Amino acid sequence: MIKVQEQDFNQQIEYERLRSKTSIGAIVTFTGLVRDINQGQSVSDLSLEHYPGMTEKCLVEIVEQAKKRWDIIESTIIHRVGQLAISEQIVYVGIASQHRGDAFAACEFVMDYLKTQAPFWKKETMADGQTKWVDAREDDQLALNKWA
Amino acid sequence: MIKVLFFAKLSEQLGLRELQVAASAAENTDQLLDYLKQYDPKWEQVLSAQPCLKAVNQNMVNHNVPLNSGDEVAFFPPVTGG
Repeated sequence: MIKVQEQDFNQQIEYERLRSKTSIGAIVTFTGLVRDINQGQSVSDLSLEHYPGMTEKCLVEIVEQAKKRWDIIESTIIHRVGQLAISEQIVYVGIASQHRGDAFAACEFVMDYLKTQAPFWKKETMADGQTKWVDAREDDQLALNKWA
Repeated sequence: MIKVLFFAKLSEQLGLRELQVAASAAENTDQLLDYLKQYDPKWEQVLSAQPCLKAVNQNMVNHNVPLNSGDEVAFFPPVTGG
């Protein structure tokens, strides 16, 4: 399941949905949150823009790629857009597999590709009221190397 | 016509999210970018100043791609979701 939405999500509901499938032996989930500090500067809130249409296509493609590499029985990606406050949930990735190895690896793979391929952009409002588009991080690009 | 979209910092700096360009103005994505840069000195500056990714018909491409009428081309900064 893939969702791009403004509203928050409930981890318990998402987890139970993954758990309801048969033959599941492992569920690995990741949640990304709005941090109150970025590159040493205090952040007061965040807005997230995306490219409607391409975003959903891109996330479907990332899951398809992951399914070619690992045994995935069920998966969920939820990414929020719009205005978000500190500590709010931004992204949820849940992978259900027969075994934990596949679930761990697939969850990390999905996040690494989402961070570098999916058309989302963050804009931070700093404590002093100034706004700033977040720059892409080289570390995120390097993280892809382990899947080459 | 070719539908051109801008996102994030790029659309903010250009003051525009979307425009239509005559298909005759650009045979490929490189020509389209050159055409847009010539539109205005400010556009030249904005579109040259930063790494600019592109997608054709909602697929990211990193090389020059031929264009046809009806195509959707998007230009945007490196992505920062997650």
